Amino acid sequence: MLKRSFLLLTGLLVLAFVLSIALGAVTIPPGNALQILIGKLTGAEFSGSWPEYFETILWEIRLPHAILVALTGAALAGSGAAFQGLFRNPLADPYLIGVASGAGLGAIAVMSLPQVGRYLVPVGAFLGALGTIYAVYTLAKVGRIVPLTTLILAGVAIGSFTSAITSFLMLVSDQMILQAMGFLLGGSTVSGWEPLSIAFPYLLSGMTLLILSGHSLNVLQFGEEQAQQLGLAVEKIKILIIVAASLTTAAAVSFSGVIGFIGLVVPHVIRMVWGGDYKKLIPLSILGGGFTLLMSDLAARIVMAPRTLPVGIVTALIGAPFFLWILRRAKREVFW
Amino acid sequence: MISDNQKYSVLDIRSLSARYGEVKALNNVSLTVRKGEILGLIGPNGAGKSTLIRVLSGILKASAGEVLLNNQNITSYSPANRARVLAVVPQARQLGGAFSVEQAVLLGRTAYLGFLGKPSKLDLEKTFWAMDQTSISHLADRKLAEISGGEQQRVLLARALAQDAPVLLLDEPTTHLDLRYQASLLSTLKSLVDQENLTVLMAMHDLNQVSSIADRVALLVDGSVYSIGDPEDVLTPDNIKATYHTDVESFNHPRSGKSIILPLM
Repeated sequence: MLKRSFLLLTGLLVLAFVLSIALGAVTIPPGNALQILIGKLTGAEFSGSWPEYFETILWEIRLPHAILVALTGAALAGSGAAFQGLFRNPLADPYLIGVASGAGLGAIAVMSLPQVGRYLVPVGAFLGALGTIYAVYTLAKVGRIVPLTTLILAGVAIGSFTSAITSFLMLVSDQMILQAMGFLLGGSTVSGWEPLSIAFPYLLSGMTLLILSGHSLNVLQFGEEQAQQLGLAVEKIKILIIVAASLTTAAAVSFSGVIGFIGLVVPHVIRMVWGGDYKKLIPLSILGGGFTLLMSDLAARIVMAPRTLPVGIVTALIGAPFFLWILRRAKREVFW
Repeated sequence: MISDNQKYSVLDIRSLSARYGEVKALNNVSLTVRKGEILGLIGPNGAGKSTLIRVLSGILKASAGEVLLNNQNITSYSPANRARVLAVVPQARQLGGAFSVEQAVLLGRTAYLGFLGKPSKLDLEKTFWAMDQTSISHLADRKLAEISGGEQQRVLLARALAQDAPVLLLDEPTTHLDLRYQASLLSTLKSLVDQENLTVLMAMHDLNQVSSIADRVALLVDGSVYSIGDPEDVLTPDNIKATYHTDVESFNHPRSGKSIILPLM
């Protein structure tokens, strides 16, 4: 059962990846795309002929873009699943609880500083995410629990507040407003191999920590009190998971902008199909998140080609109705 | 010199006070739980029974006094070390409904599992043993959300048994169960205590159940110990009247000789 789910999602991810590097304003036949890719990686020669610019488009633009998109989707879905487990709340998604907006503020704040390298953007986003999660958690806590209503209210309030500061920063430094606008809509403002190489260590370490936290998240599903009585060092574990999920969210946001709903929708589908065991849920969400964002990104690139829509618009168009559907069926949920 | 009291005490609670913010929940409580006994904890709602269990299991910090677990201060234990000595059976609510019965019982091994939670052969053996002892083996693959309240309470007892701790704290384990489940849970518990030489502190509502199962009884009221001792000495009509503000009459069971308490209406 477990293996089948992993195989299925890995297959979907590979499929989405191949489509993503083949399709776009210029269509490269998937067969050619694969041959170019294998040729570049292994040095093998293929007899097929294709225009030389296929190779440039594929290697310099589409491949790094697809890897970054896949990693971003994986990061958002993985941290969404972790936040949901941590708060034991089906609506805790990096976007809804304001963490993504906080990371966006941190990123924009760093961008608006003169003479600061791109390398510091993830650091700013990480600090913004941590500050936001701390504020939301503190505000949302009633006694010893974090109820659904206060969590969402605090998330929305803090999210609006950070967005307002972000808008203000954009207005006072007007030369960056276009870049920042696209960023906030979840348009990828960066391309090429360099940003990918900066983002990679953050995303990889954050997601690895999240995958390893599956067992602790399982214990936490019985409530913090029982988890502590079962012998889990609850306070330490909570901080570890918050840091890992914030790091992952922040890295995704600083390179791909604020993309909503992936962190909410993907873990929900996984949970409905394969159950609520976090040892499976986190890695499966990561695979599913990569697949979903690749497909959304593909749609964003081809529906109005050669223009590219910000992918955040696509995920919101699909995600928002889905979110409403979850709200409606929440009453009879047994998989939570 | 070690006194007899220290020698046989598993939990030594000394002048313990605890509060929720400004509200005092426990006030200068001193009592000892002796090795191998079932100590019943009774008292009206708000007397501090659950609070005492929360302090003993490290959830709530004491505002004054101390608790010695096997002659060592409870605050000096790490969560995992404490969980290997002391297991808690909470009331059946707030269960992660998405988990199977077997997964839930296996989480009783948390204190022995590493960060990744990969169970060893011993962990699985203890899990199956605990499910067997509590007669829930046939439910192993069922989801917690799909089983009855009585079965859920058994899962929680099994989880605590899998924890392999010599001390069990139970918080009103029979409150939400019907008569059949109440009786079967208590008789399962009683035989496990004898068989595994467990030490038990159990908060309870039903005075007749306490009378039938407990070796000693502690009666709490307003966060203080009102009376402690043998069931027949504590469960007197006068004590009950003074603490529950209810008139009761007490009889002796015709066969067991234990006290039966009936409210007068």
